[in-house]
Order: sequence, then structure tokens, then C-alpha cells
Amino acid sequence: MPDGTGTQFVRIAGLKRYFDVSAPWLVRMIESRPRQIVQAVDGIDIEIAKGETFSLVGESGCGKSTVARLVVGLYPPTDGTIEFDGNDMAGRHSRADMAALRRRMQMIFQDPYASLNPRWRVFDIIAEPIRAFGLSKDKADLQKRVEDLLRQVKLTPADGRKFPHEFSGGQRQRVSIARALASQPEFLVCDEPTSALDVSVQAQILNLMVDLQRRFGLTYLFISHNLAVVYHISTRVGVMYLGRLVEVAPTETLFTRPKHPYTRMLLDTIPDLDMTGRQRAPVAGEVPSPINPPSGCTFHPRCPFANDRCKVERPMPLAIEGGTVACHAIEEGRLPVEERSYAVNS
Amino acid sequence: MTTPSNNPPLLEVKNLRVEFPTRRGTLLAVDDISFDIAPGEVLGMVGESGAGKSLTGNAIIGLLEPPGCIAGGEIRLEGRRIDNLPYEEMRKVRGARIGAIFQDPLTSLNPLYSIGRQLVETIQTHLPLSAAQARTRALDLLKEVGIPGAETRIDHYPHQFSGGMRQRVVIALALCAGPRLIVADEPTTALDVSIQAQIIALLKRLCREHGTAVMLVTHDMGVIAETADRVAVMYAGRIAEVGPVRDVVKHAKHPYTKGLMGSIPSLGVRTERLTQIDGAMPRLTEIPEGCAFNPRCTERGTRCLVERPDLMAAGTSRAACWLHDRGGVGAPLMAQRSGGETVDA
Amino acid sequence: MAVASGLSGWLHRVTDSDVWWSFKSSPMTVAAAVATLLIVAVAFLSPVLAPHTPFDPASLNLSDGLKPPVLVSPDGEWAFPLGTDDQGRDVLSSIMYGTRLSLVVSLAAVAVAMVLGISLGLISGYFGGAVDAVIMRVADVQLTFPAILVALLIDGVVRGIISVKRHDEIAIFVVVGAIGLSFWVSYARTVRGSVMVERNKEYVQAARVIGLSPLLIMVRHVLPNVTGPVLVIATLNLGLAVITEATLSFLGVGLPSTEPSLGTLIRLGNEVLQSGDWWITVFPGATLAALVLAVNLLGDWLRDALNPKLR
Repeated sequence: MPDGTGTQFVRIAGLKRYFDVSAPWLVRMIESRPRQIVQAVDGIDIEIAKGETFSLVGESGCGKSTVARLVVGLYPPTDGTIEFDGNDMAGRHSRADMAALRRRMQMIFQDPYASLNPRWRVFDIIAEPIRAFGLSKDKADLQKRVEDLLRQVKLTPADGRKFPHEFSGGQRQRVSIARALASQPEFLVCDEPTSALDVSVQAQILNLMVDLQRRFGLTYLFISHNLAVVYHISTRVGVMYLGRLVEVAPTETLFTRPKHPYTRMLLDTIPDLDMTGRQRAPVAGEVPSPINPPSGCTFHPRCPFANDRCKVERPMPLAIEGGTVACHAIEEGRLPVEERSYAVNS
Repeated sequence: MTTPSNNPPLLEVKNLRVEFPTRRGTLLAVDDISFDIAPGEVLGMVGESGAGKSLTGNAIIGLLEPPGCIAGGEIRLEGRRIDNLPYEEMRKVRGARIGAIFQDPLTSLNPLYSIGRQLVETIQTHLPLSAAQARTRALDLLKEVGIPGAETRIDHYPHQFSGGMRQRVVIALALCAGPRLIVADEPTTALDVSIQAQIIALLKRLCREHGTAVMLVTHDMGVIAETADRVAVMYAGRIAEVGPVRDVVKHAKHPYTKGLMGSIPSLGVRTERLTQIDGAMPRLTEIPEGCAFNPRCTERGTRCLVERPDLMAAGTSRAACWLHDRGGVGAPLMAQRSGGETVDA
Repeated sequence: MAVASGLSGWLHRVTDSDVWWSFKSSPMTVAAAVATLLIVAVAFLSPVLAPHTPFDPASLNLSDGLKPPVLVSPDGEWAFPLGTDDQGRDVLSSIMYGTRLSLVVSLAAVAVAMVLGISLGLISGYFGGAVDAVIMRVADVQLTFPAILVALLIDGVVRGIISVKRHDEIAIFVVVGAIGLSFWVSYARTVRGSVMVERNKEYVQAARVIGLSPLLIMVRHVLPNVTGPVLVIATLNLGLAVITEATLSFLGVGLPSTEPSLGTLIRLGNEVLQSGDWWITVFPGATLAALVLAVNLLGDWLRDALNPKLR
């Protein structure tokens, strides 16, 4: 892999997660409806090196949030493995070993209004992981740890006595980050951590996350639909479409030499804030339902380069320029790589 | 693009104030703002949550949610005052002269009626057309907003459409009676990025073709940059800066706008850290003396603490900041605290 | 110090809250609260306040029997302001003691229903699936029987098993159990609904990421966030429980006449109503009506105050 560290910190292989969204049994029998299965995540492979920020981008329903929840163990995978620092998360672990693994990975959520228990004081919210993992020696130590955490996220120790509703959205997200840091994790899964925030607050949170990463050597799995944010924060980026990874590449490569037609389409949606007047192809079509995804390459109905092979055969990831692309057109050399620049001409 | 200054304005808002009486006192959510929209012009109204941009839009279409009310100023559409119209009168103006598009297309559509019926009903309310004529017009509108297979889709119900298609239907509904102004409140926020781009392009095209003016209310600078002719930046219930979109986006005059633009990650330059404005917008109960932005401002002076700036000329734009006054900001002051939250911490 | 400042902080939060404000600005609710408090206080202080101890046979004198209330008849005596019954028992004192008993039974019954309903609702909502299906179908079946019928059924079964003599001793537990068992469904359904909403909120997921057990998550995180609707039901149920207890006692399957509740008093008075001794039954009846009305008004207000959509 590009970073050349040799050891992959997080290794996701053949990960699948299907959800049964069928009507209740009785209704199905009476109305003779078939079972309905959503293939939210349909076989993806990701390797994340220690200290990097790997981002997953895609539109709603592409399965990126499901990947996040699978990684931290909120859902069991339907198939595939998740290895964390050499440990298979689904393997047989003693309670203590499992707790030790859980301590090392935490999650930051999207909605700062739903991610904090409204009945708890901020101190108790941040102290919960410390208590749960038995990390503090005594009460004074706990107090000190929580105060340190509050300072690290640029809040004050006095804020610990308040309730979540006394804070703004950005401050709540800081509390959420402090809670995630409380168990001294090495790996943070961030599910759209700034998409509910205003831009000026988003900048504060992104800066804080970058600072914390440098300070504690954190590894991030960053989920977002905002390409500009992803460009800013990531080392490498994976693009998801209908439960599959269509392209993985180092950030700079993905944005300047995008390969998969879907990646190109996504890049065309980024608003031209620098007013460069860069030419962009109009975007067409909508994401189909993941219940009955198109055959072959799931992107083929929207793809201007699709041919008959794309309609029947699922493309496999192909190593290219330090990343992978799952596209027949690229594999066959039908689709030349495109250079893009975002130079600012003021 | 039309040149706004040559024509008499389509919409004039003068010294508008919107208040919320609460048991803890009256909150001033929109504080004395004035602006114009020229015929055919797209005015972007941008700001962070709680800045008062949606309330301004709702005040114009006469749909302020109680207990909010217009406490002062006036709103004129084509020279006619509309802020004090009785409900029934206003209902006729809304729909016929002003169309509205909201964030969530589902709330704008009645789930129990087919979209065709809703379109026909709206058309017949405002235009003297027969049922058959109205249906033809509805069909034309659906084709115009890009609904594939409009002939069959016209009899479908809202839940049978995807989010993007629903928003197209809502746009068709807003255009029914050929309004002069459309107030679009976060029309793309609930949609996926690829759909957003389509809806923005559609809105732009339709307004150009029909000569309809748009007041586009959004928090998304990207949408504004793509769509608007002019932009007004709101902060804490006031307009901080207003001007041609290119000037505001690229050469912001108000320190808040500068900070706001800097905090958006750019694809041109990849930096380690983003420019950030410390703190958060004050709650309505805690708006500071002087310039409301002063606690977060890096360029503030003593004057900013006591005297509230009105919009003043700043290059091609107008900004509410003493930096652009001959008197200046007074003796410079350090920002209150860096790195942390200052306002409601 | 810490306790005092904590208490004053809490008091401040209460008096500053929207709920308190809505309470203060509704005179009807304030009146209902005052009436409820008054009735409850008088009832529980009856051993101190009551002029007589009506169910101590030693203190009764048959010559005091059937005295009318003082204010309506010159035959009345000030020692028995609301008159006496045929045994010479003071009606006022009987009402005070009877109200106390009615309240104790109703509170206990509501507590039983709450514990049962909340537990089943939590389990049902959090785990879902087959457990949920079973619990909810039982609840559906339960709902098809009126509360009175359930209570009668339970009472009948217990009477069949236990001797008549022993029955009087445990009558109070039977009534509490019967009413409690017939009220649990509304708690279970409400809690289940709230849990299903809260369960998917991100703060619960955050607790799951830490690896907390489902039991801890339910008790620590979910339960505190479903107390609002439970409180509303409990208040409304209290009024209903008072009525149900009174009905059971009136029908003679509730509390025995040696330990009369309001319902028992109404039944006893009803037997002599034909002979014109109306006060024996009317005063307990009026007390019952006042208590239930006051409690229900409180419950109605609470339901509106805690429902953000109506505010």
C-alpha cells in the first residue's frame, strides 16, 4: 500500500451487510410478497494504515454509514472480516480482550443533538467510557481526566457541570469528541461529524480533529458526503456507490486524476466557489434503490461509457496508480484518465 | 443577467423587524433589515442557522409561524405593500405573484392527492382556466421541470416520486400561476449532491426563461456562488454584507464574510488548517452591544463595542462594518480569546 | 454545602422551566393541585386530624347512630359535623380514613402497574423480535378486557383458592394486584414506543460502542428519557385506580367493611339510602368525585405541558 508501512492497522475484507426490510411474515404470506433484502454493503475491501485518514464518500444510501457501524461493531457483518491491529473482531475473544479492543476504537456521530444523552451532565457523559473501561484510579483521577479532555477540545472544566441543551451544536460536537477520546483510543470512526454544523463551526471541528490526530497519532475512518471536506482532511479516499467501492486512491490523485465515471460525476457536483469558471458536465440520473440494484456494474444505467459487458459482469477492483478502480472501461482502456486542476486564478 | 439598478425593484424590503414575544421577553430575530430584488434577479440570502434568513423569507411570503410577527418596516411587491394584507388577500398574492419552495418537498405536497390534481387546483385558484386547460398547463409545467414520462406521472402520488423528482414537482407547483418572485428556502439541502446540482441548474434555467426573480435562502455558499446574481450575508438578524456575488465570494468586505469564506475547504489549495472564526453566533437573548460580530472579530476596535454599524459602501458591495467608515473602528482591540468558544461558553 | 447548592440549583431549574411556567399560568391546574394536596394531606394525617376513630368498636356508641349533618338539621351535633351512620360512626372521620385507604390502594396499584409495564415495555422495545411480539400480543388480549372485569376475575380466582376468613386479611393485596395487573398495558405500550425511538438515537449507539450491557443501557440511558410520558399516564391512572377500587369495593369484592375505603363507605351508605339517610353515602361520594376530578385535571395539564407539539 502507498504508505509503505507494511503493517495495516485496520483491514476490512469482503465485508457485506444485508438488511431484511421485508414486510412482516403474515402480511407477506397473505399478499404473497417476496422477501426484500437491502444489500447495504456488498463486498468491500479497505486497508487503513496507522496514522492516516481514510475517507469514504458517496451519496445517501451508498452504505458508507453502514460500514462505519460495522467497523465499530454496532452491527454484525453478514459476511467478511474486520481485522483491527491484527485481531479479527469476530474471532473468539475473552470479555477482557474484547473490552481492550473496544477501548482502542471509538466513534463520533453526525447529529450533535442526538448523540448526547439529554438527561446527563457533560461531566458524566465524558466520564462514562473512563468508568466503563475502569481507566481511572480514583475520583480525583477521574475528575482530572475529564477536565483534561474538556480542555483538549477547547471547552472549560466548568462546562462539565452543564447539560447538553446549554451548548451550541459545535460545542456539543466537542463534547462528543471528548467522549470518544476518553478511552484513549487509537482509531476513531467519524460518521459525518460536521455535516450537521454550520460552515464556520465545521472549520473549528475539522481543525480540532487535525490537531488531535497529530497530537495523539490517531487513525481516522472519515465518512462524509462533502467532497471539499474530504479533500481537505483525508490521506486516501474511497468512493462508494450502492454498497460497493468503485474507486480508492490517494486524495490528490483522486481529485486531479479521477478514473471511475462515478467519481468524475461526483467531482462535477462540487460548487465552483473559487469562481474559476471551470467547465463541468451536467449531472444526470438518480441513485437507484438498493433493494433491486442494477445488474453487472451498478452504475451502468447512469454511466455514459457503459457497454454490454457493464450490464452483465460485475467489475472487480483493479490496482492502478496507488489505488484501485472497479470499472470495465478503465480496465479495457476505453476510458482515458482525465486530468483536472482546481487552480485559483484570482 | 439583468442589471438590477436600471429597473424599479420588484421587491422592496425596508427596515423589516421580526419579533418573537416569549415569556422571558421579546426576541428580535430580524433586526431592521432593508434590501431590494430587481425583476429577474436571483438574490442569495446566506447565513448560519439562527441568522434570521428563513424568517425574512417567511415574512415576505406572509407565513411567519406564530408567535413570530412583523414588528416594523414594510414589504412592497411591485410597489404594493404586502406586509399588512389580511390573510385572504395575502393568500391570493402568495401563489399568484409569489411562489414558495421549501426545504422538504414532502411537506409542500399533500400526500392524499395526485400531483396532477394539486397542480390543477393551484392553477385554477389563480388563473381563469377550464379544467382541461389547467391540466394541459400542469402537464407542460411537469415537462418543463424535467419529469420523465410526465403524461403518466401526472396521476401519481407524491410518495411515488424520489426526493429530487418531488422537488421538481414543488418547483412546478410554485411556477403554476407565473409568479414574479419565488422565495426558495433551502431548496437543495435535503437532497443528495448530484441531485442538488440538477435542481440548481433547473431553477436557474426556469427563472431565466420566465424572468422570475428568486430570493434564494440557504446556508450553502456553494449554492449561492452557482446561482445568485447578488448575495446578502446575514448575521444575528442583520445584513452584514450585500453585493454582487462574485465580489462577496472572492473579495469579502466584512470580517465575518471573510471568515465564512475562509472556513469553507477549498479545492484549489490544500492547507493543513482551515481559517476559522472562533466562537459561535450569539443567541438572540445574548446579542452583544455595538456590532453583533465584535466578540468574534479579529479586526475590531473600541468603536465596535459601543456603536452598531449600518450598511455602508465598501467597494462594489455594502458592508455593515466600521472598517469601511471614514471614522474607522477606533483603537484596535485583541480578539477576546483564540481557539475557544467565546460567545455562549 | 454541596447538597444545599445542588438543591437550590435544582429548585432554580424547576422554577425556571417551561413546565413550571405553564403550571403557574393555568389557574385551573393550580386549583387542582391545591385540592389534591389538601385531600392527600388530610387523608394521611387522619389519625391526628380525625375527631373520632370510627373503626374502633370500643369507641362506638349505638345511641349516636344516624345523626344528620349539623348544618341541615337541628338534630345534628357538632361532635359529628357530617352526621353518623347506623352504627354511630362519624361520617367525617370515616371519609378521612377511607380516603387514606383508597389512596394507599390506588398508589400501590399504580406502582405495581408501572413496574410491570415499564419493565415489559423496556424489554419489548429494546430487544424487539419474538420477545416483543409475545409481550405485545399478551397486551392486546389484556386490553380487550375492561379493567373491572380483570379485577373481578382475579378477585374471584383468589376467593376460590383462599378461605373467606383469610380473604379479608389479604383483600387489600388482591385489590392492589388486580388493579395493577389491569393497568400495565398502557405503560408497556408507551415505554415500548419511546424505547424504540430512543434506541436508535446516537447516544445509545455511543454507549453500545463502549460495550455497555443492554441492561445498563436501558436503565441508565433509555429509562430516564421515557419518564415524561410515564408520569402523565401514572397521574391519569391514579384517578382511574381510585375509581376502580371504589367500584370493586362498591360491588363488594374490594375492601371489607371492617376496613372501609371510599367505595365501601358508598356501598354501606347506599344500603340505607332508601330510608332518607343520604349523608352517609353522599359525602364519601362527593369526596371521591373531588379527588378524581382534581387528579385528572393535573394529569391532563401534565400531558399537555410535556408534549412539545402542543406548546
